[in-house]
Amino acid sequence: MPSAPRTLLDKIWDHHVVCTPPGELPLLYIDRQLVHEVTSAQAFEGLRLAGRRVRRPEATFATPDHNVPTSDRRLPIADAISKQQIDTLRNNCREFGVRLFDLDDADQGIVHVIGPELGITQPGMTIVCGDSHTATHGALGALAFGIGTSEVEHVLATQTLRQAKPKSLEVRVDGTLPPGVTAKDIVLYLIGRLSTEGGVGHVIEYTGECIRSLGMEQRMTVCNMSIEAGARAGMIAPDAITFDYLRGRDFAPRESTGDFARAVAQWETLPSDPGAVYDRVEIYKAADVVPQVTWGTNPAQVTGIDAVVPDPAAFADPNDRSSASRALDYMGLAGGTKIVDIPLDRVFIGSCTNSRIEDLRAAASVVRGYRVASTVRAMVVPGSGRVKRQAEEEGLDRVFREAGFDWREAGCSMCLGMNPDTLAPQERCASTSNRNFEGRQGKGGRTHLVSPAMAAAAAVTGHFVDIRDWRYKGEVS
Amino acid sequence: MQPFTTHAGVVAALDRANVDTDQIIPKQFLKRIERTGFGQFLFFDWRFLPDGSLNPEFELNQPPAAGASILLARRNFGCGSSREHAPWSLADYGFRAVIAPTFADIFFNNCFQNGMVPIRLDEADVDELFKRAAAAAANGGQYRLHVDLQKCTVGDDAGFERSFTVDPFRRHCLLEGLDDIGLTLQHADEITAWEAAHGLPAAAG
Repeated sequence: MPSAPRTLLDKIWDHHVVCTPPGELPLLYIDRQLVHEVTSAQAFEGLRLAGRRVRRPEATFATPDHNVPTSDRRLPIADAISKQQIDTLRNNCREFGVRLFDLDDADQGIVHVIGPELGITQPGMTIVCGDSHTATHGALGALAFGIGTSEVEHVLATQTLRQAKPKSLEVRVDGTLPPGVTAKDIVLYLIGRLSTEGGVGHVIEYTGECIRSLGMEQRMTVCNMSIEAGARAGMIAPDAITFDYLRGRDFAPRESTGDFARAVAQWETLPSDPGAVYDRVEIYKAADVVPQVTWGTNPAQVTGIDAVVPDPAAFADPNDRSSASRALDYMGLAGGTKIVDIPLDRVFIGSCTNSRIEDLRAAASVVRGYRVASTVRAMVVPGSGRVKRQAEEEGLDRVFREAGFDWREAGCSMCLGMNPDTLAPQERCASTSNRNFEGRQGKGGRTHLVSPAMAAAAAVTGHFVDIRDWRYKGEVS
Repeated sequence: MQPFTTHAGVVAALDRANVDTDQIIPKQFLKRIERTGFGQFLFFDWRFLPDGSLNPEFELNQPPAAGASILLARRNFGCGSSREHAPWSLADYGFRAVIAPTFADIFFNNCFQNGMVPIRLDEADVDELFKRAAAAAANGGQYRLHVDLQKCTVGDDAGFERSFTVDPFRRHCLLEGLDDIGLTLQHADEITAWEAAHGLPAAAG
């Protein structure tokens, strides 16, 4: 009897269930664990106290990213506690035999940038990390999700995780992307529609013509923010774009041995079968999406560049009303203000959402031939050492520097402000990152989430502008 | 892990939705390398004024919440970052249970690892609890609830009683205070067999 049609999630899940002991949650095998300095110290300490080892050091990859300085790497780390955390990661990796891409490694970077970039992330894998933006890796057709530190320890010790199977949610985006609209705008739009808890308990599979047309890095931007809709993970079925992206990457199967071709044959079996049933389906039209800007303190508090800040009284739900009212108070905004009239103090281009080479190209093409507004301080933080070198080879660093942007070393930087890159109280920032929570980029700081192109344009004009009307001054070479 | 069977305590009513883990414990306190000592930083930016004194406006600093061990909140509690520092700080502050209509997934799972019960109740029931807490506060008192994980019930002394659902395995581990890793290692042979069946070399660890 032929088996019932299965979704991408079903296939990866079924493949990885080690066992379901009676009365217990299934044990799911984990192919890769990524580790960073902020959520791992207590996990390694737990192993040490129990006399346990890392079961599969070769399946575990570490890099410091959250609190690393993005200024000159040759200088000592000024913050003693940051230094201790990074030293602790280094010592733990040495003691337990885990591969570390250290601060002075040419491949250091944000864990969710280097995983795909090095080919560590592959279709069909289960991937975890003590970081909610692990969903990023789902762009390559992996099941990837964030876990807590106790679970990090569990995976280090057993290479498995106790997990109930999440539900599946198909988010289909039909049609083609309008000009000036990017992957970031799509995902912000989707979060606005789904709400911050719309995806709770679910893994989102993004489908539809619009999603299929996205390049690999744009797919990462979409999957990255799945957690902002509450989803456990986001994923996109692997296809030729995925395979082309992975070919030749350091940790990907080798072409010369035939391993890559064999892997592709395997990966081609992963996409959801025709007729596979999702627990829930939501359908959207790409044509409805305009460039997005968040106005509040959660990512679902978002609207189009052509709109105004909403009036809290307009929300029907009392929770939404009080949230909006609190948010506007914190953001120092009044309902009815045009989005394009919001002035900015800072611009941040970076984070695991938008710090890859295509993001930097998009931002540079906007900035080329312009200067950053005199009222704005702007910075670009590439996602990894590789992205930085690639950008420099293409001359993008020169475009940014000549316009007045700071050009930094790789790290999470002002996405969460654990390093010295922070907003001062009440400073207003256009940011390509993923969270506009109160204090996220610095206590009292006010964050508006946008695409790289929108952030770049805002840096030039000193306020938000509709990127669809931008006058580009020539192509970036 | 500290087992959880029953608990009775004062309720702190935090009437907000989408309380994210950045608020529960701001990032400047994530640099410690221990699991303990995070309670002093719980809700730091809401709890303290810029000069370091307690913010009298914040719910946890008000008399009805003094000594609270059960936190009541609105939907999507614990959203955002995966940081287990969030449940560490709640537990270290003294909370043993959090009640809300919905929780973010990672936070929800993290609670069970730290002897704390996340309790999902219907929005209407949560509304009712907020009303009862407000009524007690209006009379200058405190509102108390008791949680029984054996029976999976939460109730007060004035007739409110609801049952809640929790995964039976998580419940079992919490009741017994079991070490998850130790339990999983009882299945080491199955893990090894899975690895062998999928062409992986024998594990080093």
